[in-house]
Amino acid sequence: MADPLLKVSGLNAWYGESHILHGVDFEVGKGELVTLLGRNGAGKTTTLKAIMGIVGKRTGQIRFEGQELAGSTSDIIARAGIAYCPEERGIFSSLNVEENLMLPPVVKPGGVTVEEIYTLFPNLLERRRSQGTKLSGGEQQMLAIGRILRTGASMLLLDEPTEGLAPVIVQRIGEVIRQLKTRGFTVLLVEQNFRFAATIADRHYIVEDGRVVDMVVAADVERSIDKLHDYLGV
Amino acid sequence: MFELIGIPPQALFGQLLLGLINGAFYAMLSLGLAVIFGLLNVINFTHGAQYMMGAFAAWLLLTVLGIPFWAALVLAPIIVGFTGVLIERLLLRRIYHLDHLYGFLLTFGLALIIEGVFRWKWGSSGQPYDNPIPGGVNLGFMFLPYYRGWVVIASLVICLATWYAIERTRLGAYLRAATENPTLVRAFGINVPRMITLTYAFGVGLAALAGVLAAPIQQVSALMGTNLVLVVFAVVVIGGMGSIMGSILTGFGLGLIEGLTKVAYPPASNIVIFVVMALVLLVKPAGLFGRTK
Ligand SMILES: Nc1ncnc2c1ncn2[C@@H]1O[C@H](COP(=O)(O)OP(=O)(O)OP(=O)(O)O)[C@@H](O)[C@H]1O
Ligand SMILES: [Mg+2]
Repeated sequence: MADPLLKVSGLNAWYGESHILHGVDFEVGKGELVTLLGRNGAGKTTTLKAIMGIVGKRTGQIRFEGQELAGSTSDIIARAGIAYCPEERGIFSSLNVEENLMLPPVVKPGGVTVEEIYTLFPNLLERRRSQGTKLSGGEQQMLAIGRILRTGASMLLLDEPTEGLAPVIVQRIGEVIRQLKTRGFTVLLVEQNFRFAATIADRHYIVEDGRVVDMVVAADVERSIDKLHDYLGV
Repeated sequence: MFELIGIPPQALFGQLLLGLINGAFYAMLSLGLAVIFGLLNVINFTHGAQYMMGAFAAWLLLTVLGIPFWAALVLAPIIVGFTGVLIERLLLRRIYHLDHLYGFLLTFGLALIIEGVFRWKWGSSGQPYDNPIPGGVNLGFMFLPYYRGWVVIASLVICLATWYAIERTRLGAYLRAATENPTLVRAFGINVPRMITLTYAFGVGLAALAGVLAAPIQQVSALMGTNLVLVVFAVVVIGGMGSIMGSILTGFGLGLIEGLTKVAYPPASNIVIFVVMALVLLVKPAGLFGRTK
């Protein structure tokens, strides 16, 4: 890959005294859909948080569009064009659905319009006056993804968007992520659900004990299936 | 009808107006406290001193620079709000990660320092401030001084405008969201530290505005905030920390209750709010409108 959009090297991260990431290295090309796979507690969420600048402390390099972000605060990182959808979804209970959707400020031109987001997720339109946290789990996930599409960020960090959701909703979210890719978004996806990840990703990185230990491209998944099962403990 | 229970209407409505005026100040002050507490998680014990600073700023603007009341109404909150910016940037910011107790000690200590400085410079006897709208109107059942009527309406407008800005606008949505999860709001690209500074300045400015409004009614003195703020904290406890509409309703409501008590049984009027506080805490420890955090 000549010129990756995001290049993470030697990333270390701490929560207080506990040292969680021990030199994470990977890169994501423009327009690519890349996953971080790994067992519970491997450090996938922490990797996304470290990129966003919301862990206690971090060192290493995070180059995004040629700009070094490892020393920046999270608001600057967001304004550089990286948008984050957290594992716990982070829907605000004191905001209604529409306010949640409109909350993240536009940081670059060319984001998805509100109308398009409502077309992608018609449930949100119907329930736009409801309290954000009154939505079902699936709807909250749609809201959490939908609201970061407006901002014009070109890179999306999605943390387990399918966690705990019914199969039809997982399928719907898969379709949306595929559409986002065709629109030119670059996606870094954390997943536990490997079968889901395998249907949409270009490449997979394996995270283990706070390091990236392997990489598998989509074409090699079949051939590497035993190894992958080994890594993921399934 | 009023004669039935032995209270002449003049006295009743007079006390109700007084209650409304007190309630207006309770509401404005507890509103500022609620906004500050919501985002900063700091109970701003400097609030009474900042109310006093507002009144003093108006008085100094008038006596030193000849700037009239109506201009002071805008200028004084801005000046005092700016001291709030300094306090947040230089002091409060350093203690957010510590226990609540430090916020209490810091803001309480600041109040003592500020009030001490004002007392040392201007003494503790009150300074009069001329009523900007003298006169009044006889409504038949009571006499209404124009200025007092104006204070009630102005504070209602200020309180409702603040409520609207927080609950119904984009900026208010940022504030509500940051109150819930500042880390995520910042990760969306919003400069949360700046928002915290401005929120503190706004709350402080609101206290100063109340101080300016109070100047023509009360004497302007270094300790004018100390007694008031004690009642305001009781109001906040009754209403529930952090609820915007709750502080407004509780503020006006308790002012009225106090006024009514003054008519029905004057000796109890000074303590009725604290009695209500004790009762509310027994039934609803989080306050009437409070959510448990
Ligand atoms: N706020 C925190 N404070 C201290 N330690 C934490 C914190 N969050 C996570 N950890 C620890 O960091 C390690 C990595 O956690 P992380 O959430 O990154 O794992 P993950 O790969 O996302 O796991 P999962 O698949 O369960 O979401 C774990 O050992 C976890 O206990
Ligand atoms: Mg995780």
